[in-house]
Amino acid sequence: MGQIQRRRGRPVYIVDGARTPFLKAQGPGPFSASDLAVQAGRQLLLRHPIAPEAFDEVILGSVMPGPDEVNIARVAALRLGCGDAVPAFTVQRNCASGMQALDTAARNIASGQSELVLAGGVEAMSHAPVLWNTLMTTWLYNWSRARSVSSRLHALAELRPAHLRPVIGLLRGLTDPVVGLTMGQTAENLAYRFAISREVMDAYAVESHRRLAHAVEQGWLEEIVPLYDERGNVYGEDNGLRSDSSVEKLGKLRPVFDRDDGRVTAGNSAQVTDGAAWLILASEEAVERHGLPVMGRIVDAQWSGLDPAQMGLGPAHAMSAILARHEMAVEDIDYWEINEAFAAQVLACLAAWEDEGYCREELKRDGVVGTIPRERLNVDGGGVSIGHPVGASGARIVLHLLKVLERNGAKRGMASLCIGGGQGGAMLLEREG
Amino acid sequence: MSREHFENWQLERDGENILWLAFDARDSSTNVLNAEVLGELEQILGQIEAEPPAGVVIRSAKASGFIAGADVKSFVGLQQPEVAMKLIQRGQALMDRIERLPCPTLALIHGYCLGGGLELALACDYRVVEEGSSTRLALPEVRLGIHPGFGGTVRLPQLVGTLTALELMMSGRPLDARRARAMGLVDAVVPMRHLENAARRMIGRRPPPRRAAWWKRLPDSMVLRPLFYWLMQRQLKRKVREGHYPAPFALLRLWRDFGGRRLQMLQQEARSVAELITGATAQNLVRTFFLQERLKGEGDKGYFNPRHLHVVGGGVMGGDIAAWAALQGMRVTLQDRSPESLARAVARAHKLFKRKLKRPRPIQQAMDRLIPDIHGAGVARADVIIEAIFENIEAKQQLFREIEPRMKAGAILASNTSSIPLETLAEALQQPERLVGIHFFNPVAQMQLVEIVRGAQSSEESLRKAAAFTRHIERLPLPVKSSPGFLINRILMPYLLEAVILESEGVPATAIDEAALAFGMPMGPIHLADTVGLDICLSVAEILGGAFAMEVPQRLRDKVAAGELGVKSGHGFYHYLDGKPQRPEVLLNDPVPADLIDRLMLRLCNEALACLREGVVSDTELLDAGVIFGTGFAPFRGGPINFLEQSGMEEQRHNMEELQQHYGHRFDLDEGWRHPELLHHEHHGQPAH
Repeated sequence: MGQIQRRRGRPVYIVDGARTPFLKAQGPGPFSASDLAVQAGRQLLLRHPIAPEAFDEVILGSVMPGPDEVNIARVAALRLGCGDAVPAFTVQRNCASGMQALDTAARNIASGQSELVLAGGVEAMSHAPVLWNTLMTTWLYNWSRARSVSSRLHALAELRPAHLRPVIGLLRGLTDPVVGLTMGQTAENLAYRFAISREVMDAYAVESHRRLAHAVEQGWLEEIVPLYDERGNVYGEDNGLRSDSSVEKLGKLRPVFDRDDGRVTAGNSAQVTDGAAWLILASEEAVERHGLPVMGRIVDAQWSGLDPAQMGLGPAHAMSAILARHEMAVEDIDYWEINEAFAAQVLACLAAWEDEGYCREELKRDGVVGTIPRERLNVDGGGVSIGHPVGASGARIVLHLLKVLERNGAKRGMASLCIGGGQGGAMLLEREG
Repeated sequence: MSREHFENWQLERDGENILWLAFDARDSSTNVLNAEVLGELEQILGQIEAEPPAGVVIRSAKASGFIAGADVKSFVGLQQPEVAMKLIQRGQALMDRIERLPCPTLALIHGYCLGGGLELALACDYRVVEEGSSTRLALPEVRLGIHPGFGGTVRLPQLVGTLTALELMMSGRPLDARRARAMGLVDAVVPMRHLENAARRMIGRRPPPRRAAWWKRLPDSMVLRPLFYWLMQRQLKRKVREGHYPAPFALLRLWRDFGGRRLQMLQQEARSVAELITGATAQNLVRTFFLQERLKGEGDKGYFNPRHLHVVGGGVMGGDIAAWAALQGMRVTLQDRSPESLARAVARAHKLFKRKLKRPRPIQQAMDRLIPDIHGAGVARADVIIEAIFENIEAKQQLFREIEPRMKAGAILASNTSSIPLETLAEALQQPERLVGIHFFNPVAQMQLVEIVRGAQSSEESLRKAAAFTRHIERLPLPVKSSPGFLINRILMPYLLEAVILESEGVPATAIDEAALAFGMPMGPIHLADTVGLDICLSVAEILGGAFAMEVPQRLRDKVAAGELGVKSGHGFYHYLDGKPQRPEVLLNDPVPADLIDRLMLRLCNEALACLREGVVSDTELLDAGVIFGTGFAPFRGGPINFLEQSGMEEQRHNMEELQQHYGHRFDLDEGWRHPELLHHEHHGQPAH
């Protein structure tokens, strides 16, 4: 890992970004994934003197685009008025799809292939499809080939209640197909491994809500642009926030993944939500040519793999590799965003970096990586309070981290996510401090 | 393969000996049937009859469509029915020859196919149309005060059935490709890429031409015809008055007397159209048609091609302007401080899009084009900015000061104000020449007219851009001078106020409205005042009252003071239940003053003369056009000035003088009555009479 070269090529600037509020799934929401992407994107584009047609490409991360918008990046680009000539593609790296889009865009700019890229992530988890199972699909195929009355009657007679048992796309998506664990169960693994108690997890969740509530109050979530639906409703804020959350209240919730003996509950996990986030990435030339502002720079990105059953530790691996490559210590980073898929998983990452054994065995380091100060981590809340629309979160945390750096006049930030399937992704950002 | 060219037609025989006959009207982007075109077609038919090909395909070489109908210019000034009759019979004979050709004939249609164009298509054995959204088939002759005359009244019922055909001809309503197919009007609906293949296939297979099912022709039977006639004329009477619009009634009678008897029906169709077209109604509707063309010509789309509109003010007016422009394909940002107002505007826009566009993808595209914009980021991107916030000088000036430095070079700034002089608003600007008025009327989606207001400081360039913008969103621009009330409000107000005075004298509101409806107004003045809102009427009346010494009746002030504001408060001059007026029946023995309609209309006409004299609009045509398309003034009367002239200027002046003696100052004759030369200082261009 240490021998990987630091990123070469031209500097990559982030011009601006915007996101939708993250809306809790309560049945299929009012917006399809491309609606979310279009509403956030069109307001972002309005702010800058760049014609939508001026982008070299549009890249969008999404885990499960709907059946009508499989290459959702192209759908969004066309609906945003980028025109026929601007190519667009969708990237998928599960929970880090949004960050993958930024990384791909950054690499293309660094290498000189692109000057100006619109990149981001989107997910409408409330619209995840419900599918027929294989029994039913087979039956439907046979039915479509049955021509005579007798063969049709025959086919009908074969229908059983089991045929009608649906496949819930969302649950399948959140289950690891190789080790057969749900994402929540991988978090249970980490809680067990690092002895993280239910109370500590719940306290972390309460703090996440408190931080978000404070940020909302201070008007710090200025990257949010409101959503409007066709019935005359406006959505201006993340609606998963529970300002009245407390350890006592969360303590009453039942574990959802390991029902009887588990510790991971809906209250200390990320919320299932719909949302989209976009950033404008530009080369130095493009910044000058269009007279664009600069929020910061993408310095480096890292993707790491690990045991799928421990996927929540991905950030510990990816961030560690970046620090090593740049010969940086924990103290060199001013602010951190580690996506809160589960409170247990964030806490486990912190614990892993403080655990000499883990650092030596798994991260191949001499000694511990160090302690991330809590007041520098997820300072305005995270997935537990804001929500985690899987494809969008990677873009959201990068955008928000830049806002945090700006607000505090700070220089360097690290954003990272764990990725279902056993990966971690991290991105190192810098702004002129 | 051989090719041959006429002035208006291209002929091409292909390898299968099919003759492709493409209509390509000389010196025009639109195909219309005129004497020259028909003359050439007669020659071509002669050749075809002498040497029949395997089939004939008639199509258009114009991108915009097939045939827009007969040339309306040839209707102007037709006074003798015999002359008109000859013209019509020539067309009929031509259609008959097409129908009788020994080879299969097919009309290959894209875009519009209207009036005489559709009648030509009906004379062919087959019709194949392009599936696209621009395809429109209609027999809209009633809108010009006539009905089909080239055999349409005979051939359409044969094809789609009697009742459907009569309904289509009486309403003039257009059909898209799918509906036309469902009705049996066309044989096939195909994408552009298959038009020619489909034509070849039909001609090769020669299926029997379509006919309406026997039961669809049942109403033609001698037994049922009187019953259906009675039902249909009763239904028609609920919608229009025969005195105003005789054409659909003439059509119904034509069918009642001759339906199902082909030869007689053809003969009588020609006679009926000849009589209608030489009558005052048709001639005035033809005038109105050209007045509309005149207004269209006031804006040159080629001069300015705005892609982005920014509207400030998310109230009903601003929101509806934004929605309309988005519907017409423009990218629109709508700015308002309140997200809730924006959300309401988006919801109203969605309703409009659903009603107009129907299909989900076009609706989604329109929704994507309409962007709520709390922070006003759109200002810097817009080609046209329209201010539609509340009527307050300081607020508007402050807004202009914020907007101006961020505007794109070449963009124009417009105010939708109806009460504040542009010159006052312009004081806040560094470049006051960029400011013009673009005054829409409520409801935006229905009112075609838009006043383009020239402030003293407005530049020619900004005005031309504003008019071009108006055409890009399919509205009719009317250039007016910046003076109180511009044209439309100023002309309407004396008429509304006189109605209020009549009502306060004890004339029942219903009787007043009925008199106006009988004259041909689309809505009575009392109902109109209630609909606009009595508070708004009062404030406009006060502004105009100050400027032109117009008395404001106490009755109106009392109503507003009592909070009776019209439809919006549920009570005005009428009571409203769910927005519908609960009006008493007009009683025949109610005392209605004999001069009622004169009092209403002459005050309107008097103000029209004043506007003309003061140069609020530049000529009579624009005045008549503005009043018809801005107020709905009886189109069959051709506008207020045309009405005065047709009913006798001298006589009307005499009436006016009598009213003045009776009622005093508010009937003071404008100087314009004594300056007939004002009326004939016409625009040089399209003939309008």
